Amino acid sequence: MRQPDGTMVAMSSAQLQKGQVFVVEAGELIPTDGEIIEGLATIDESAITGESAPVIREAGGDKSSVTGGTQVLSDRIVVQVTTAPGESFLDKMIALVEGASRQKTPNEIALTILLAGFTLVFVIVCVTLQPFAEYAHTPIAISAFIALFVCLIPTTIGGLLSAIGIAGMDRALRANVITKSGKAVETAGDIDVLLLDKTGTITIGNRKATHFWPAPGVPLLEFVEKATISSLTDETPEGKSIVELARDNQVSPQALQSRLDGAELIKFTAETRSSGVTLASGTRIRKGAADAIRRLAEAAGQPYHADVADRVKAVASNGGTPLVVSENDRVLGVVELQDIIKPGIQERFERLRKMGIKTVMVTGDNPLTAKFIAEKAGVDDFIAEAKPEDKMQYIRAEQQAGKLVAMMGDGTNDAPALAQADVGVAMNSGTQAAKEAGNMVDLDNDPTKLIEVVEIGKQLLMTRGTLTTFSIANDVAKYFAIVPALFMVAIPALGALNVMGLKSPQSAILSAVIFNALIIPALVPLALKGVAYQAVGASALLRRNLLIYGLGGVIVPFIGIKVIDLIVGVFL
Amino acid sequence: MNKELLGILVIFGSTVLLAVPLGRYLATVYRGDKSWSDFLGPLERLLYRLGGVRPEREMSWQQHLVALLTINLVWFVWAMFVLCTQGSLPLNPDHNPSMTPDQAFNTAVSFLVNCNLQHYSGESGATYFSQVFCLMFLQFVTAATGLAACVVVFNALRDRTTEKLGNFYVYFTRSITRVLLPLSLVVALVVAFQGTPMTWLGKAPLVTMQGDSTFVSRGPAAAMIGIKQIGTNGGGFFGVNSAHPLENPTYLTNAVENGAIVLVPIAMALAFGYYLGRPRLGWMVFGVMTAGYLLLQVPTVYLEMHGNPAITHLGVDQRLGSLEGKEMRLGAPASALWAITTTVTSNGSVNAMHDSLTPLSGMDALLGMMTNAFYGGVGVGFLNFFVFIIVSVFISGLMVGRTPEFLGKKIEAREMKIAIVIALLHPLLILAGTALAAHLYVGNPTAYAGWLANPGYHGFSEMLYEFTSSAANNGSGFEGLGDNTPWWNISTGVVMILSRYLPIIGPVAIAGLLARKKYIPESAGTLRTDTGTFGIMVFFVIWIIAALAFFPALALGPLAEHFTLYAK
Repeated sequence: MRQPDGTMVAMSSAQLQKGQVFVVEAGELIPTDGEIIEGLATIDESAITGESAPVIREAGGDKSSVTGGTQVLSDRIVVQVTTAPGESFLDKMIALVEGASRQKTPNEIALTILLAGFTLVFVIVCVTLQPFAEYAHTPIAISAFIALFVCLIPTTIGGLLSAIGIAGMDRALRANVITKSGKAVETAGDIDVLLLDKTGTITIGNRKATHFWPAPGVPLLEFVEKATISSLTDETPEGKSIVELARDNQVSPQALQSRLDGAELIKFTAETRSSGVTLASGTRIRKGAADAIRRLAEAAGQPYHADVADRVKAVASNGGTPLVVSENDRVLGVVELQDIIKPGIQERFERLRKMGIKTVMVTGDNPLTAKFIAEKAGVDDFIAEAKPEDKMQYIRAEQQAGKLVAMMGDGTNDAPALAQADVGVAMNSGTQAAKEAGNMVDLDNDPTKLIEVVEIGKQLLMTRGTLTTFSIANDVAKYFAIVPALFMVAIPALGALNVMGLKSPQSAILSAVIFNALIIPALVPLALKGVAYQAVGASALLRRNLLIYGLGGVIVPFIGIKVIDLIVGVFL
Repeated sequence: MNKELLGILVIFGSTVLLAVPLGRYLATVYRGDKSWSDFLGPLERLLYRLGGVRPEREMSWQQHLVALLTINLVWFVWAMFVLCTQGSLPLNPDHNPSMTPDQAFNTAVSFLVNCNLQHYSGESGATYFSQVFCLMFLQFVTAATGLAACVVVFNALRDRTTEKLGNFYVYFTRSITRVLLPLSLVVALVVAFQGTPMTWLGKAPLVTMQGDSTFVSRGPAAAMIGIKQIGTNGGGFFGVNSAHPLENPTYLTNAVENGAIVLVPIAMALAFGYYLGRPRLGWMVFGVMTAGYLLLQVPTVYLEMHGNPAITHLGVDQRLGSLEGKEMRLGAPASALWAITTTVTSNGSVNAMHDSLTPLSGMDALLGMMTNAFYGGVGVGFLNFFVFIIVSVFISGLMVGRTPEFLGKKIEAREMKIAIVIALLHPLLILAGTALAAHLYVGNPTAYAGWLANPGYHGFSEMLYEFTSSAANNGSGFEGLGDNTPWWNISTGVVMILSRYLPIIGPVAIAGLLARKKYIPESAGTLRTDTGTFGIMVFFVIWIIAALAFFPALALGPLAEHFTLYAK
């Protein structure tokens, strides 16, 4: 820190007060938010923005503010602290992240209520059995009561819950997703709404040229050639895609290369909103935004055809971006740029819809373009001209309607939304803040990974649900083992209920208890492997699981208890 | 084919055939669409004006419940007043006395909650005034209460988001004018033409064939029998109910009365589908109910037709089935049909003595009341079934890894908690009540010796039956139980109140909460509820809950008795 008299003191960043001045040199982290009062430096702000390219910050002007937590890459700057301790940008982000509390999942609450309900039934059954037995003159030993109660209450599923949770995390890890808790995976299975960034997820990176539309009276070939010439030196993805499209139109870019000899390249600027070349012959070829080229043409007294204007409108309303090309201010035609939707993405969204998940596209595009792409890709909703607050608001609104929301993001400005979302998946390439805020990190940086995560979550939920059913169905057989055993001595006729033909009351109770204890480890492999999820529709899934785990749950313990009884009988 | 079996098939089959058009009609009436019964509109409007009801004012689910509970309280006060003073009131040609306060409480509650457990005999315990203006009045209004509550749930499940669920008084009035009155009038006319008395005159003197002179009780019975059956009330005019020759004179009246028990409950299940414009859903509910009903009915008919082995041992011919406690003119199969029909619905009228059923038939009757959702009482039967639907939707949701939803509304923790509490309440009341009674009896067998005509397993069944019947708002008695004592009057009275109003409040609250939620159109991921798979799921949920809760109690009662009896 620089003291008012100019001497330097080293001190902890936490002690910096508003108004104090500090010095940071290349390689050092900026301790807190402030404004540069002296010097200029390149700063790596990727911790905040996710953008890896360094930015230049200098004293004076609108680029003088620096953020705590960013790194100075070169030079030395003197900075005045502008925020009180605990109020910096990073602090606010952290507060937002911590403040966004996670909901308990409906499924979790569901299971708790169900298990509590069944346990209560068994409490009632066991407590009232005492006076019933008194009436029937068959006192029941306290140990037998405990055996009955322990066998009946859903201990099996209780013992397996953690194993199922851990197995879910493990499956996620094998899909290259690191989860911070088992709950996050489970929540993923119950997701109703999925927020996806347009770029990179729904569309392939950038826009591409998809069509040449020559102006009336201009031959297609000439138009394509001129458009290509204007783009040969253009390094932007849009420019490259024009050259590519020209090649598809039987125009050889190599052949045109020679025409550029001695040409002057005109870079794109925000004022002209166009770029191009001026050839050695003096021919000016420009391409750019429709209104910019129109101004050029009109200034030069050249006609701007109504057909061209219509075409521009048509392209825009189709979700595309029109580029107009001119030669010496004469309008040649329109190049249509389109977002390319990733192949196979529609099918993926269809699959999500089958699971009952609503997909939402987030994009900075204008609503018209966004709507078009949303329809084409088959997403259910979109947020156009999205700012970070918009995402947050959307997520909150959905959550208030009782929905569970998942989103993927990578920048620090995504962090609050990632924290607010019930499932926040951060890209591994993303910022530290984003990774902190999310509850999963995707090592592959694959935006469609969420779909896999959802399936893993569903599998976890199903495993738990089916094992619960299995566990409760088991009680039927346990009744048939224990109830006759309790009363057989006093009421010999009840021996008829001993359908398993267990050897003696002692061996029957013992077998039921042993079965109860053994079934937990026996089910661990299933709990770990999980019940397979198939997108075959809910009814088919229910039918299958009901048959295997419901009916199986009734039958298996009859066999199990009988086998154990045969073994126990040898020793009793 | 056995003529008696053919008889019961015809009774059940024709009831179902009648229930289908009735179901459509009920849906039309409750939706307020045009129907032939619109000529009653002016009468209803007059009633609304007299009662200060604004029929167009729609109510929230809470307002519905307030209206329902308030009018019920008024009726309770009226019933207590009449029963405690009936001896001094007019229309008492037989000079029957007023009821004691605990018996009046039990009777008032019992009729108020549509249970009609009778700890008195109509001939000597009630007057014509109390029979008609208290008990029969309650049989109409409580049945209408159940129907109106059920319609609130229907209304709440339509595909929209709303707080407004129609007007309670409109549902209530229409239930009486357009459903209960016309149907019970038909039944009353049939039984009256077949010989049931409908008179204000007192006992008639009679000289028997042996030359003894005696008196035969009579009264305005036919009117009460109609609504007794149609409104799943079950409280008979005479003490032995429809086993009495004047209450159920012929095989024809038996068929009509038996059909009348389940007609409205079946129609209500189908009306659910028609009302929502999803007939398949109504048929799913009907299918599950029928499967559950047949599961109890078929073995009961079989057992009753095959007699009692203890009597066979005595060398008595039992080709006509087990006839102890049955009316010869009706026969074993028709008695068995009635026994299960009356217990699965919350009717509780009897045409034979359930105490004399073979043990497993008695268990089937008990199970009918323990499940209490296979057809069930008018309106309330569907409400109970609705709770099981909610629980099934919930468990299914867990099994397919998805937040459960029913008819486009998410079922969440709050609804589930209510459903579980209601599902738990039934076993709790039955088991706790029976446990207390058993405990008291064991503690001092000599003091309570009057309770049980048959100690042992059968005595246990009698106590279990009494509480099950109260908790299911059924009202049939196993008899053989000395039940007109303060303990039985008060304990069953409390059980009846709890088990009537909570299972109405719960489902209405669930439906009200669901109605407020956003309607989510069905997607490919939605678990359809109008399929066979889901029906099987509901079926098993109902049975598993009943089996887990009641197996030990049943083992000590009917099962112990059965195996002891058949082991000989």
